[in-house]
Amino acid sequence: MQDESGLLTGAHFIDGDHACSEGAIAAGCRFVAGYPITPSTEVVERIAERFPFIGGVFIQMEDELASSIAIQGAVWAGKKAMTVTSGPGFSLMMEHIGYAAMTETPCVFVNVQRAGPSTGLPTMPAQGDMMQARWGSHGDYGIIALCPNSPQECFDFTIKAFNLAEQFRVPVMLMMDECVGHMIERVVIPPPNEIQVFKRRYYHGPKNKLLLFQPEKDLVPPMVKAGDGYKIHVTGLTHDEKGYPSMTVGAQAKLVTRLVDKLRVNADKIVDYREDGVETADIVVVTYGITSRTAIPAIEQARKEGINIGHMRLVTAWPFPEKRIRELSSKVKAFVVPELNLGQMVYEVERHAGGRAKVEKVSHAGGTVHNPKEIYSVIQRLMKG
Amino acid sequence: MGDNALYTIDNNVPPNPIEDLLRMDRMPHIWCPGCGIGSTVNCFVRGLQASGLDLDKVAIVSGIGCTGRVAGYIKLDSFHTTHGRAIPFATGLKLANPELKVVVYSGDGDLVAIGGNHFIHAARRNVDLTVILVNNMIYGMTGGQVAPTTPISATASTMPHGNYEPAFNLPFLAESSGAVYVARWTTFHVRHIIKSVKEALLKRGFSFIEIIASCPTLYSRRNKLGDGLDQMIYFRDQSEIKNGADTKSVAIDFQGKITVGKFIDIERPVYHEAMYEHFKKKYGEQYVPSDEIKEFTNAQNGD
Repeated sequence: MQDESGLLTGAHFIDGDHACSEGAIAAGCRFVAGYPITPSTEVVERIAERFPFIGGVFIQMEDELASSIAIQGAVWAGKKAMTVTSGPGFSLMMEHIGYAAMTETPCVFVNVQRAGPSTGLPTMPAQGDMMQARWGSHGDYGIIALCPNSPQECFDFTIKAFNLAEQFRVPVMLMMDECVGHMIERVVIPPPNEIQVFKRRYYHGPKNKLLLFQPEKDLVPPMVKAGDGYKIHVTGLTHDEKGYPSMTVGAQAKLVTRLVDKLRVNADKIVDYREDGVETADIVVVTYGITSRTAIPAIEQARKEGINIGHMRLVTAWPFPEKRIRELSSKVKAFVVPELNLGQMVYEVERHAGGRAKVEKVSHAGGTVHNPKEIYSVIQRLMKG
Repeated sequence: MGDNALYTIDNNVPPNPIEDLLRMDRMPHIWCPGCGIGSTVNCFVRGLQASGLDLDKVAIVSGIGCTGRVAGYIKLDSFHTTHGRAIPFATGLKLANPELKVVVYSGDGDLVAIGGNHFIHAARRNVDLTVILVNNMIYGMTGGQVAPTTPISATASTMPHGNYEPAFNLPFLAESSGAVYVARWTTFHVRHIIKSVKEALLKRGFSFIEIIASCPTLYSRRNKLGDGLDQMIYFRDQSEIKNGADTKSVAIDFQGKITVGKFIDIERPVYHEAMYEHFKKKYGEQYVPSDEIKEFTNAQNGD
């Protein structure tokens, strides 16, 4: 049943793409711009179906460059907005991820990952865009990236993505993959009073006192929207607190450092992971997204064999839970990192393990998921070694 | 001021009549002496003043380049976006809040080279935007490279042996893509520009004004055409006002005749209003438009 806020409260049997659309609606997203690309199209198709009845505006733009900047225009007019894509489109959006970071425009980029590079395997899964999500646009900046592993989490984490985007005024990536996007499972949509939605922070002070990019204590400035009479200026150029271009070494250092620091300083509030049996473990399997599910049979098998093994699943790939990896690295013998790529997040684990524990990757070029035996055999080898 | 000052400021000079709409705290601007962009800004602001629009509800969006800096100098809600993407940003701004009058103000390279795809699609959809394109026939900010508007035989830094690529005829491109208002002037035609700006701002749908402007530093100098004033004399002598001219016939050759005027002024369904009417007709009371679209859709107000 649909309530006034457009929420379809109740239990559903839907795939991750559809659940993502419902999560966006639940988070208050009412502007979506997209360009068709497999395996993400179901997200915008459902949005196009649903929006006329809940006060939303959907537009299929002429390309991903257009979608990824149209949403930012909508945000500055007061909407919560997202765009949805997969690898090739994500590559095209990189410049506008940088624009969102530089102009502190809160918005959500959903990437239903498929195997690359280039056109790759359009209908098959991979997790090859994890580093691109963090570093793909030029220059220094910070973003947040979340990794759902089920349709339920596609719903939950889309809401979380919008909330984090608003709280820290950064672009937030929802790093799905083809499996999670197309897997059909039970998704429970709670009633509206059980869904926490972070409201955009607006500046309400006098017009002549406004400094558009003057941060509050948490390093995040409140927003102002177009049409409210403040006559704001927003630019992708290096700018001062007023928002005016400032082509100086000092302005660059001040602005870009804050853009990175606002996530570093607040990392403890953002970093999220799930753990199972890591406290007593000799080996910890570090996973995210669909790989967290293919690792479970391997972990269960190892436990049957009497191996002390734990599971740490990243909810936020970025910021990376570096503190926790450092802590664990002095307790465990080894980390095992299965990924549907030839090694991306594993290097982050290795960096923070700092040589205190062994780090082994279980690589896969993508196209399907790991056979749990591949993960198990690495665990077994480590125990023998 | 010390004895060695290079200039003195006469405080008795009356303020520029358009100062209220400029960010005076950002002056002086970056444009070269003799550049035509400043004249277009003056005309734009006067046209905006004449339109009577609520200035709190007018937003201006620029891309990248010399003309891309316009948004930074005009005291409206102003957005300096990425190269070529002013139009899709403006589309998002407009659809999210149709109460805003959204102006896109950028150059030829920005709007019809890197941004050409967005230009034709926004015109096709008839998104309610006013697009002001300052055509200096060259990439100015990056050092005089060839543009899709550079006339054949003109020299550019990346066409050092003379240009052999045909140029876009922009009024024809705009009309055939679906623009409902198309005009072209040169920076010599200041009164005509002001009138066109006013008309375009009050027009519903995709309105387009091309303003031919001089780039003395990188176009005129390289092509041995003198300075800004010499180009102004060329604009005066070689322009012909032909309102209603067939846009197919208005292409510009190197230092050739420039046909100016208002070429197109027609009506077509405006994007967000067509969306509103379509859903209203199809779903009646079940349709829930956004509050902004409900409130600011002219089609609905006429019911």
